[in-house]
Amino acid sequence: MKFIDEYRDAKAATRYARLIARATTKPWTIMEVCGGQTHAIVKFGVDELLPEKVELVHGPGCPVCVTPLELIDKAIEIASRPEVIFCSFGDMLRVPGSSKDLLVVKASGGDVRIVYSPLDALKIAQANPAKEVVFFAVGFETTAPANAMAVFQAHQKGLKNFSILVSHVLVPPAMEAILSSPINRVQGFLAAGHVCTVMGYTQYEPIAKKYNVPIVVTGFEPLDILQGVYMCVKQLEDGRAEVENQYARSVRKEGNRPAQELIREVFRVVPRKWRGVGEIPESGLGLSAGYQDFDAELRFGVASYTAEESSECISGIILQGVKKPHECPAFGTRCTPERPLGATMVSNEGACAAYYRYRRVRVAAAKE
Amino acid sequence: MCLAVPGKIETIEGDDPLFRRGRVNFGGIVKEVSLGYTPEAMIGDYVIVHVGFAISTLDQAEAEKVFEYLREMDELGELEVSADEVH
Repeated sequence: MKFIDEYRDAKAATRYARLIARATTKPWTIMEVCGGQTHAIVKFGVDELLPEKVELVHGPGCPVCVTPLELIDKAIEIASRPEVIFCSFGDMLRVPGSSKDLLVVKASGGDVRIVYSPLDALKIAQANPAKEVVFFAVGFETTAPANAMAVFQAHQKGLKNFSILVSHVLVPPAMEAILSSPINRVQGFLAAGHVCTVMGYTQYEPIAKKYNVPIVVTGFEPLDILQGVYMCVKQLEDGRAEVENQYARSVRKEGNRPAQELIREVFRVVPRKWRGVGEIPESGLGLSAGYQDFDAELRFGVASYTAEESSECISGIILQGVKKPHECPAFGTRCTPERPLGATMVSNEGACAAYYRYRRVRVAAAKE
Repeated sequence: MCLAVPGKIETIEGDDPLFRRGRVNFGGIVKEVSLGYTPEAMIGDYVIVHVGFAISTLDQAEAEKVFEYLREMDELGELEVSADEVH
């Protein structure tokens, strides 16, 4: 496909790897924020093209992974009701709640449907006026415009049987949480290209300055990631800490203004709990005052749920780049994608799941 | 989750900017996409699509730069393999 295949060219990749190797004189630790980037790095072996001195650690940018346990429990409770059609992106269905997942609800007769877009859930609501249609609105800034539009259109159309269960998270506060942690080892960031496509990157400038850390807005194909690493290493070697944009074919400095306007109309910034990390202030989106009628937590009375996470899972420190998945004693044994103990094993884009899928054989051999 | 894929706009319909829709071709697969957030996008443009929404119009000149940089480095001789790198 045009604008994808050419960014997977092996020859160009080796040439970028050579540039990186030549630019590197000291050891550096760089974090890719987005789970989509983690997946591409492990799948294509991008990290294995890098010199030993450059280590990539995997960040918290997988919304499926960081959705807190109690929110999954809320989804399960709502989806189990006979009057509800529960719509979700496919990857949320296998995420374990305290006792089961949404697939089990579906298998027990619940009307749980996988949709491609929140607008599909809206269409289902219009076609089923006697049912309550709930959309599981998870995601980072990339997905917020889509969910904002679904709520906005429902409001415009006066649709009474549509609501969303919101678990929206924001990237910059999570980056700050990582940088201000006493165990932080991240020296440079590859920022998430599609998040910045929506929000632009001026928000990252104060972070780069305050923590003296280079931030390179980066795309998702192997060549994008290699060029992003190269730009980041150059900054680190030069002692610069600036925000640069590798992914300029999609990202404008100011971002997508119409999308930001609708996000501001429908959502407001709220504190949000991150699975494996805990609560981060001003790190999520909730529905704004004018759109509370579309809040599924209020409509179904589940707002006060709480749940305890597995104590064995170390996803919190994996999400902060302090440890790698295979350094966990439960990896691949007591914790697998079929029976995950926590956040980073539950979704394809989680670091543990990516290692399990693409690196398991090697990890097992090394452990023996 | 933040997966977004570039595709080419084949048709556009709707006058209200926020409700504009188009048919977008992703390497042979055609899907209906909301163009509400890309008022500048026209037929023939490539848009980056996430969960049914175009979130950006692809800048084709910028798309070339990843490769232009390598060509520049080539011209400067920065990419020649030196003797100690040959194994």
